[in-house]
Amino acid sequence: MKNYDSERHVRGESQFVDDINPPKGILYGYVYYSPIAHGKIKRLNTSKALEINGVKAVFTAKDIPGENQIGGIISDEELLAENKVHFIGQPVAFVVAEDQITAHKGANAIVCEFQNLPVITDAREAAAKGELIIPPRIFALGDVNSAWDKCDVIVEGQTESGGQEHLYLETQGAFAYPVEGGGVKIISSTQGPTAVQRVSARILGLPMHKVEVDVLRLGGGFGGKEDQASPWGALTALAAFKLNKPVKLILPRQEDMRMTGKRHPYSSDFKIGLTSEGKILAYEVSYYQNAGAAADLSTAVLERTLFHATNSYFIPNVKATGYCCRTNLPPNTAFRGFGGPQGMFVIESAIYKAASVLGVDASVIQKKNLLKEGDEFSYGQRAEHCRAARCYEEAEQRYNIKGIRERVDDFNLKNKLVKKGVAFMPVCFGISFTSTFMNQASALVHIYTDGSVRVSTAAVEMGQGVNAKILSVVQKIFSISNDRIKIDSTNTSRIANTSPTAASKSADLNGYAVQSACEIILNRLKKTAADDLSEELVANRKFNPEDIEIKNEVIYCADRKTDLNWGKLIQSAYLKRISLSAQAHHATPHIYFDREKSKGQAFAYHVYGTAIIEATVDCLRGIYEIDSVKVVHDFGESLHPAIDKGQAEGGVVQGIGWMTVEEVIYNKDGKLLTDALSTYKVPDVHAAPKEILIHFLEDAPNPYGPFKSKAIGEPPLMYGIGAYFAITNAMKAFRPGKEFKLHSPMTPERVLLSLYDVSSLTKKQSKESKAVTSVVK
Amino acid sequence: MINFILNDKEIKTLENKGMGLLDFIRKDQHLTGTKEGCREGDCGACTVLVGELAGDKVEYKSVNSCLLPLGDADGKHIVTIEGFNLEELNPLQNAMVEEGGTQCGFCTPGFIVSLEGYFIANENVNAFDAVESVDGNICRCTGYAGIKRSAERIVKLIISNQKKSKNYLEKLVGLKLIPEYFLAVPQRLKKITLSKKRNGSNDRRPDYFVAGGTDLFVQKWETMLESNIKLISGEKKYSGISISGGRIKIGGNTTVTEITKSPVMQKYFTEIKKYFSLFGSQPIRSRATLAGNIINASPIADMTIFFLALNSDITFSNGKKKRKLLLRNLYKGYKTLDKKSDEILECLSFKIPHGNFLFNYEKVSRRTYLDIASVNSSMYVELNGNIITSAHISAGGVAPFPLCLDKTSKYLIGKQGSPDVINRAVEIMLSEISPISDARGSAEYKALLLRQLIFSHFIKFFPEMINVEELV
Repeated sequence: MKNYDSERHVRGESQFVDDINPPKGILYGYVYYSPIAHGKIKRLNTSKALEINGVKAVFTAKDIPGENQIGGIISDEELLAENKVHFIGQPVAFVVAEDQITAHKGANAIVCEFQNLPVITDAREAAAKGELIIPPRIFALGDVNSAWDKCDVIVEGQTESGGQEHLYLETQGAFAYPVEGGGVKIISSTQGPTAVQRVSARILGLPMHKVEVDVLRLGGGFGGKEDQASPWGALTALAAFKLNKPVKLILPRQEDMRMTGKRHPYSSDFKIGLTSEGKILAYEVSYYQNAGAAADLSTAVLERTLFHATNSYFIPNVKATGYCCRTNLPPNTAFRGFGGPQGMFVIESAIYKAASVLGVDASVIQKKNLLKEGDEFSYGQRAEHCRAARCYEEAEQRYNIKGIRERVDDFNLKNKLVKKGVAFMPVCFGISFTSTFMNQASALVHIYTDGSVRVSTAAVEMGQGVNAKILSVVQKIFSISNDRIKIDSTNTSRIANTSPTAASKSADLNGYAVQSACEIILNRLKKTAADDLSEELVANRKFNPEDIEIKNEVIYCADRKTDLNWGKLIQSAYLKRISLSAQAHHATPHIYFDREKSKGQAFAYHVYGTAIIEATVDCLRGIYEIDSVKVVHDFGESLHPAIDKGQAEGGVVQGIGWMTVEEVIYNKDGKLLTDALSTYKVPDVHAAPKEILIHFLEDAPNPYGPFKSKAIGEPPLMYGIGAYFAITNAMKAFRPGKEFKLHSPMTPERVLLSLYDVSSLTKKQSKESKAVTSVVK
Repeated sequence: MINFILNDKEIKTLENKGMGLLDFIRKDQHLTGTKEGCREGDCGACTVLVGELAGDKVEYKSVNSCLLPLGDADGKHIVTIEGFNLEELNPLQNAMVEEGGTQCGFCTPGFIVSLEGYFIANENVNAFDAVESVDGNICRCTGYAGIKRSAERIVKLIISNQKKSKNYLEKLVGLKLIPEYFLAVPQRLKKITLSKKRNGSNDRRPDYFVAGGTDLFVQKWETMLESNIKLISGEKKYSGISISGGRIKIGGNTTVTEITKSPVMQKYFTEIKKYFSLFGSQPIRSRATLAGNIINASPIADMTIFFLALNSDITFSNGKKKRKLLLRNLYKGYKTLDKKSDEILECLSFKIPHGNFLFNYEKVSRRTYLDIASVNSSMYVELNGNIITSAHISAGGVAPFPLCLDKTSKYLIGKQGSPDVINRAVEIMLSEISPISDARGSAEYKALLLRQLIFSHFIKFFPEMINVEELV
């Protein structure tokens, strides 16, 4: 089965926001943003911009008719800065002109005077100065303090994990036009249509019913368009509303990179206690999350870090503390994994360091502590249908870990400058929004009189194939040809109050909702068929809906093929005035989470899997290749194996990118130095692993997913963490006994600086070169 | 008037020749399959093919349409993703669908165009080169696995097809990999070229000379749109590689690809393909010129670092007078050159490597391919037995401009490549460099990395003489 959208993609016929043929008279926007990271706006002068031929308007905070507020969880972020700016890239004014270049010139002509205020870019510094967005959050199980005494080995350390730019290939953008009655319609590239609608209505001072948001598809989202698509939708809506003209805004790549938030960098302290055999007894960890200048989704991201602090392991005594630190960087936001990867990097680092102390490979500790059925997570939920050990053991056997290790050891014996390393990365990821209320979705299904079906849900297609999965649910229930089914754009008028397409949860939530809607119609159709056939088929026999079955568009009655088919049945139902439309709502059952106590049944279920990663490091030059990633993953009973495999492959590479070449660098003034594709590098075809093998764990039905499937979007990203430790293990083969900093991403620079002592080098350098050494970074 | 064929359609337009081809395709022609992803030639979402008449054939190469001036489409065949569409999916499109080569779909047209370009331009296809052809395309969704599978599938399809065709292009048409209209394109282009009167030279002095445009259109695409520019990429008199007077001469307008494919260069630099594969991507290399790389004066200019170690000289011309100087003397400070504004870099030349010589080029960047170097370095030595009689080492990323390590090189003359000598050379090197910290690495990293690259040169040159453990 094919990805629903992909046939148009390969022909270049899929439309993204910027591809829609612009209506006559459309205007183009450009954002003027703060050039400083923290300061007061003393004077904002837009007159020079307005003098430019072709510039139609410049909007500032005072032009906002409603409330100048876009914060989702916490109302702490203005759409256009009014009195103060908090990060470089914060929108201050919105210029609208006849074309994009003129709008850009207009933005360049704006003069703004600032009074500089102190800039914080570091999370620990923010925490020390009390700049916390919310009070510290704590997840705890057992009692760590009394457990340390029972440990044979206690290891402490500090880790750093870097930010990550989403680098969706389609930059942020929106297109808005006025509609009659004083409303606006916004075509947005967003994962959260309702977020764009709510924010725009708030900005315009309109009821939500006057703002319609439509989403065709996204050229990638990865979390970056969950909350952070809203400002661009709201700005175009503001201009369209005020000027009564269509207005489009597509962020140029550099502006997108400068203005939007990224994956949160974390700085963390850990303390882990084990028995001499490697059984983990206690784990204490503090996370300093660099949230940026506003809350955005940071508090929820931090919470998920706490949820996944112990990854795939059972640890009886845990204390995990999270600090949500306010800094003068663009507000960081959702990114595939949503804090989970950051938490897992710390526990894996702790295990790695403990293994070094114990003189064993990290896999010895990993294996000894894998979750088992019924084990309790720090948040009180218990592992159910636990497949942690199954995946791990299957990976060992299927991929012949003994053979891999022999080959790697042999290679390392024979090669002096080039070394290989191998690492395991088990993953356990909880599925559900941890804000319970968000676990709802609805679907609307219409069958037209020609038998064609049109389906709307809350899910946004962004490459993850949710449309194809929804289609397969419809196809399974109605048993009709795929050609009859069209999955519609995501639209707030057809589906209200949507949860964002996020948390890997959209196929589950919307799949169930669409299943319910289809079943409602199916039951009506079965009744219609039973009535029709009772009249025709056999005299004196009354059939019931339960006797009816549709197979490949043919109606069967009491297991007998009939002359009735899908087309005829729909016609008959219509003539009998039976409704051919249904709307259904789904809410994930049995989940709850008590934020006060940090306990609850937060997740519908967990996804499990294990990857074996192999890397080769050129220890002379500090460069490396990822040779292979071999995965055993628990997909449940996959709704769509081709799509799920693609999600796993893509997630792995994105995770490897985060751990290796992708480095977000701000200088001390809060200026982003990696603000273009020439300075921020994501994996290319060469940097991707030479081999990716994905094995679907067999016989693994999931009772809590549609047709026994499991969510797939985020979990595979975390296999990429194994790349960090595979590289580190190769480095260790080159420098046995050397202790390396636990600092990701492991760029070629970090590899080389870890392997060699530079103090002797810098001493020899001339004095003048030292003087410029401290410029940036 | 700019006159060319876009897919199957002839275009005549009076638009400014400095307009990016991407904008013409998307905004004027409403062909939205070609996407804008970065506007700096770093993502490949805007990849199109440019076909140029060569005898009776058309030679196609992939380019970044965001960096291609519309004027350079003149007389050419431009193919976008739409130009490959048949009623049904073609086998490559179908493979991309079935093998999971597309997810969000934004980068997909660019990948397909790059792969089509490879299949059209190479009669002897293989999976390795097919995958190489997407070295300028970034995908954020698939992890490239499905794309590689698709490429491999089409390679198998082409190889396994034994049906006789008149020529290779007809074979591709038979396989439905390209539409039939491609076959008539050579004739159509000939007509266009014949009917064209080369537009008379503009009297007004141009604001900009544009050759490859691979940096100019990154930095100043909005300015280019409104400037009086002179396109010189088609001017053959400044391009090409020749030998005379014991020297190899390379025209300033020669592209990286042309240098890589030059038999002369391949003869003396057997690994040139490997070295140059580290410069940009295929679409960039087929446009970027030697002169552009030298005059841009980036401290890590890849080709400049290569030719500095060959002690090259360069020739400037202002149309009346020529001026020759050593490449190493061109740079006076950060982006400051000994060059007058009316001078054009005509050519570069260097002495043919002779006798017992060794050459090596090293480059390390954050990402190995399609990235700007953190540090790069070349080394050229001539030997008498084991004794170094001549040495030139260049280094990029460690000074405000591409640097010659003069003192280090001088020290090596009369020495052997022993660990003691190498370590002393490194000490001298450290006194010559002044790296700064930036997005490409900290100053201390760059110093360390250059040491490692110098080690690499020596390890490569004198593998028997060096005990690696002693060095590292």
